[in-house]
Parts: sequence; C-alpha cells; structure tokens
Amino acid sequence: MNAPSASAPPSDRELADALRRGDEQAFLALVDAYNPSLLHVAMSYVSSRAIADEVVQETWLGVIRGLDRFEGRSSLKTWIFKIATNRARSRAVRERRCVPFSALASEEVEGSHHAVDPDRFFPADHDRFPGHWALGPSLWETPEEGALSSETREVIRAAIEQLPPAQRLVITLRDIEGWAAPEVCDALELTDGNQRILLHRARTRVRAALERYFDAVELTV
Amino acid sequence: MSTEDEMRCRDLVEVITDYLERTMPAHDRRRFDAHLRECPYCRAYVEQMRQTIDILGSLGPESFSPEARRELVRAFRGWADSR
Repeated sequence: MNAPSASAPPSDRELADALRRGDEQAFLALVDAYNPSLLHVAMSYVSSRAIADEVVQETWLGVIRGLDRFEGRSSLKTWIFKIATNRARSRAVRERRCVPFSALASEEVEGSHHAVDPDRFFPADHDRFPGHWALGPSLWETPEEGALSSETREVIRAAIEQLPPAQRLVITLRDIEGWAAPEVCDALELTDGNQRILLHRARTRVRAALERYFDAVELTV
Repeated sequence: MSTEDEMRCRDLVEVITDYLERTMPAHDRRRFDAHLRECPYCRAYVEQMRQTIDILGSLGPESFSPEARRELVRAFRGWADSR
C-alpha cells in the first residue's frame, strides 16, 4: 500500500485500513488528535473529570473492538464521537445524572438573550442616536499571538467553565478544537440553527468577560 | 440606504455570529457592512469578537495522562496481534 502523500491528510479509508493493519502510529495519531475533544464531550454528560477520563478510555477501547465493523458509512470522526456520546450517556444514567444533552441544548437556545447589556445603547426612540452605542467598546491591546499572558488565559478558561454545558461544548469544539460547523452538528445531533445560537451565546459571554478584564469601554458622546 | 433599512448597533451585536459564520443573507450582509463603515464602535466590537475567537484558538489541549496513553497502546497491540 502506498503511503499517503505528505501534503494530504489520510482519508478515512486509508486510516481505517492502517488501523486494521495494526499500525500503531496511525492509532496514536488518532488518539492524540481526538482525545481533547472526546474529553470535552464526556465532561458535558458526566459529573466529574475522573469519570469523564474513564468514559474516554472506554470509548477508545470500543473503537479498537469496533474497527472491523466500521464500514465508512459515516466519517471516522463521527463514528468515534457517536461511540463516545453513547458511552457518556449510559454512564451519566448510571451516575443518575440523567439530563440528555439534547435537553440541555434545547434549554439553552430558549429564552431571550442580549449579546450586550441593553443599557449600553441609546433607546430606539432616541432623537439623535437611536439604537447606537452609548457606552461603546474600545480596542483591546492584545499582544502578538503566543505572548498571551497566563492571566488572560485564566480569564478565558474561567469564562468557559461558567458557561452552561451545551454552550460550553459547542464553543470548545468550534473555537478551541477548531471543528467545522457541520462536524459539530453531526456529532452532537444539533440543527445548524441551534448550533449557531449556542455558539453565539457562548462567544458573547466570553467576549464580555474579556471586556471586563481589559476594562475597555468608553463613552461615545 | 434609507434610514429605516439601516442596521443599528444594538441589532448588529445580535447577528454578528451569522455574519462571521457567513450564513447571513446577502441583503443583511450589505446592511451590516454599510453600518461598519460608519461606526467605529461596531468595528471595535467585531474586532473584539475576532480577537476572542483567536484567543480561544490558541488555548492548548487538555493534558492526557501518559499511563492512559500507554494502556491504549497495549490494548491496540493486543487487538492487532490477536487478529
């Protein structure tokens, strides 16, 4: 079998074949690539990191045992994540944390939401600046990439931790782990619209936390 | 663009994710862009949202315990050898 070209990542088919041949490097590459995201998924179902770690280990063991049966009808990624969500769900039921992710997601897209406190804007009937910023955002001075202070990282981590679970998971997979929108919708069984609502709500909260930290607001008039 | 059609700041912040995700209809996108040309505060807001996303993208992955990783390698070898 020819090795895949250096410029193109292996296709699912090539990966599955490599795994079935016992290619350990391929397996480890897969594990390293997906482990962080699998952990995030598990954490959104179960109550502790320790249990989430177990769910993730069980997921990989399930992947190994199921490799011969993987037919390529879905992507390898979706297949792996479905194994993870099934394991996490049964574990959550056993731990008696029974709220299914779909219920959490439904809850979190409901209700009115303001991206920014309405008091930051002039009212709609203002005679000069209806609906415009009254207390506006100022530009942040963020350092070059890689030079982010550990304090800034802490602010972000804390903000993410405080997000409700479905929002936390979507923003983590999209913006931290870099998944594409259709992949998130697939793995979490979300509609496009709901995925976007959850992402929007999560991003606005994290931005607001950073704004408070940078203390970057100014009067517009 | 008539003033009725103009996007207001408080509306822009509600639809920014559709804009950044490129799922916004063309007409709304034009209104969004037109407003950005006029409003330095909304330009700052969009910039902040982009910076927020960039910072999120720069966070490192969760740590993975070496023993757990070794255990998986053993399991994988065991499976591969038994085929």
